[in-house]
Order: sequence, then structure tokens, then C-alpha cells
Amino acid sequence: MHDIVREAANFINLDSATMIYLFLVGFVGGLVSGFIGSGGAFVLTPAMMSLGVPGLVAVASNMCHKFPKALIGALKRAKYGQVDVKMGVVLGISAEAGVLYGAHIQEVIKKAFGDAGSNLYVSVAFVIILSVVGGFVLRDAFNTYRSGSTHEEEKTTKLAKWVQSVNIPGTMVYFKCLNARISVLFTIPLGFATGMLAATIAVGGFIGVPSMIYVMGAPSLMASATELVIAFVMGVGGSFKYAMHGLVDIRLAMIILAGSLFGIQLGAIGTTYVKPFVIKLVMGVIMAIVLFSRGLMVPVYLSQLGLIHKLSTTTVGMLKSSSFAIMAFALIVGAFIVLRAMWQGRRAERELTAREEALSIQ
Amino acid sequence: MGSGNGKTKKKPYGKLLIAGILSVALYVLLLTKQGMINDYFSRGGFYAFLPIIAAFLFSIVHGSFTGNFWTALGIEAAKKHKGVK
Repeated sequence: MHDIVREAANFINLDSATMIYLFLVGFVGGLVSGFIGSGGAFVLTPAMMSLGVPGLVAVASNMCHKFPKALIGALKRAKYGQVDVKMGVVLGISAEAGVLYGAHIQEVIKKAFGDAGSNLYVSVAFVIILSVVGGFVLRDAFNTYRSGSTHEEEKTTKLAKWVQSVNIPGTMVYFKCLNARISVLFTIPLGFATGMLAATIAVGGFIGVPSMIYVMGAPSLMASATELVIAFVMGVGGSFKYAMHGLVDIRLAMIILAGSLFGIQLGAIGTTYVKPFVIKLVMGVIMAIVLFSRGLMVPVYLSQLGLIHKLSTTTVGMLKSSSFAIMAFALIVGAFIVLRAMWQGRRAERELTAREEALSIQ
Repeated sequence: MGSGNGKTKKKPYGKLLIAGILSVALYVLLLTKQGMINDYFSRGGFYAFLPIIAAFLFSIVHGSFTGNFWTALGIEAAKKHKGVK
């Protein structure tokens, strides 16, 4: 019986080049996740599929590396006082429900419109959400930078102030990251949306983090750290679900984890050196580039569904490889900004320490 | 490297070594016995606990190694601003 499952899972042979490739992608993905709370999955799943791993095994194995990674990242950032465990668990549980519903919608679309329909749905979700949310996050980061107020504490948005002011008896919960009580009637739909997005485009954090910042009023550092708790809660449940069907290739998951645990520790350390707007900048830039990458795939799926003229095989091939390359580029750009900001932060701190020591000698 | 204040923190070489040996041992075991491991881990049903337990085990051991690795290299959190209140 298990041979059938095994055959269905179709686990690939691993050579050293494949392992190094997965380790490196894991490292870069981990670095970005440690910093902004999510990211990496959108590159890891297609990266595994490009090695011949079946789609479901890639998704399952990615998820099985994500939750232990998120755990280590959350523990590290909790040491810096950046994690609100209660917020993470509350959002994580509603996100779990969102994941189940999101997966159900995917199945319905796949049954009705086939693979191309399902892919088109995923790409359109990517494009709409990333353009709206990503555009907003990026604009906010640029405005903060241009206004020269990068040193000041982040301002709570009007929306968040209103959300914090609404009092619905029996539903109010105090959250450390907000230093305020808000109704769980706000957190439940936001967690649900995070989970739905995670089930659809694999990166729930693109909704989770901005909603904690702009809708609830959490500081960027705490929002991105708390997202790791959400990713952990969602990831354990999701991995177990896939493992029940024998779809997790533990070798792939653990090799990616080997690289990503180096990355996530470094990314988490990086957050202590940067100004909060850098978190928004990294997130916004990645979202904008990924948006472009997914946008390229929309004509491919439209043509497969017969909604536009059929594209030639060469064009489809070019669009597919460009899309993947741009997606990988998004992650590399994100990692570059993180490392650069960290390098500058460390240099500034060393100079400050040297000046203090010189003063104390005098 | 951020240790300022006149005191130099001791580098965690001992912990790094122990976690490193354990981590390498886990990965060697995973890769040398991959046929058997995949066989059990992909059975589904009750066996679903195996990949979850393995993921926790690897994260604790390898996470400890990677954490000590950066500390040993002198890459630690900023001391001046903890960023968040």
C-alpha cells in the first residue's frame, strides 16, 4: 500500500548539486523571512518544481521546512522583545481556518477550470493583492524616507486608531504589540485572510504583516516578528495535513532548513540594526518585483484557457523562465537590502562604541 | 563587534562544536538512510507524526548550531537600540 503512496509522491533523487542549490535558496529565503517575517516560499516551491519535484510534494515539503524555520526565527526575535505570542496565536488559529478554506476554493477552481484556471486564479490573486498592498507598503516606506522622519517612532494610522477605539463588549483582548485592547472580531477576518493568501500564493505574510501594521497599529518590527508565530501555527497544521497523505519529502524539507536556519538567524539579528521603515522597504520592494513576475504569467494562462490568442511554445517558455528569474531576483534584492542595512548599522554601532570608549578614557 | 563596554564576551565554541557534531550526525543519518526514512515518512496516516517530529528535532539541533555559529563569528544583535518598546 505504501508503495503506491510512495509512487504517487515520486520523490526525486538527490545529488550534491541539487542539495547545494536547495541549501542556498533556503539561506536567502531564510534571511528574508527572519527580517520581514515571511517570504521565500514563493521562490522555493517553483525552485523545487524546476528540479522535477511534483507540485504537491513541493508545497508540502516547503511547508514542512517553514514551520521549524519560523519557530527558530520567532524564538530569536522573542529574545529582542519583538514577538507578541498572543497576537501570533490568535491570528495563527484563524489563519489555519483561512488555509483550509483557501485550499477548498483552489480545489473547486481546479475541478471547474483545470490546471490553467487554477494557475490563473493564483496569478490574479498575486497581481491584485501585491499591487494594492505592496504599493501601499512601498509608498509608506518611501514617504517615511523622504520626510526624513526615519528616526521617529512610527505613526499609528487613522484606521488603526479607529480599530483600537471600537469597543465591542465580550470580544476585547489586550495585545502587547498594540499596547491596546482590540476586538477579536477584527483579528479573526485578518487572520483568515492571511491564511487564505498563504493557501493561494504561499506567502500569507504579505497580508498578515501589513494588516498588523496598518489596520491594527503594531510597530513594523513587532508585526514582522509576530508573523513568524503565525507562520509556525499555520505551518504545523498544514504540514501535518500533507504528511497524512505521505506528501512530505523530509530530505528536501531538511536540506532547505539547513540553509534557512543560517539565514533566519542572520535576518533576525539584522532587525536590531535597522530603522523600522527598512522592514517596509524590503517587503514593498519584494512585493513589487514579484507582482511583475506573476503578471508575466497571466497571458500564458489566459491563452491556455482559450481566452486570448494561443501563444507559441517559445513565447510560453520565455515568459515562464523570465517569471522565475524575476522572482528569484526579488528575493536576492530583498536579501541585498537586508545585508546592506545590517552592515551599515553594525558600522555605525562600532563607531559609536569607539567614540564612547574614547570619551570614557578622557 | 558590538560587545563594547570593556568586556569581551566569551565565544560559545564548545556549544558550537557539540551542536555542529549532532547536526552533522542527523544529516548524515538522513541522507545515508534516505530510502528507509522516505519509506516510513511517506506512509501517511499515523506516520504523519514522523516528519513533524523530525522537523522539530532538526530545528532545535541545527538551530542551536546556526545561532552559535553567528555568535562565534561576532555577529550579534545591536546593543544600543533594541528597536521596540
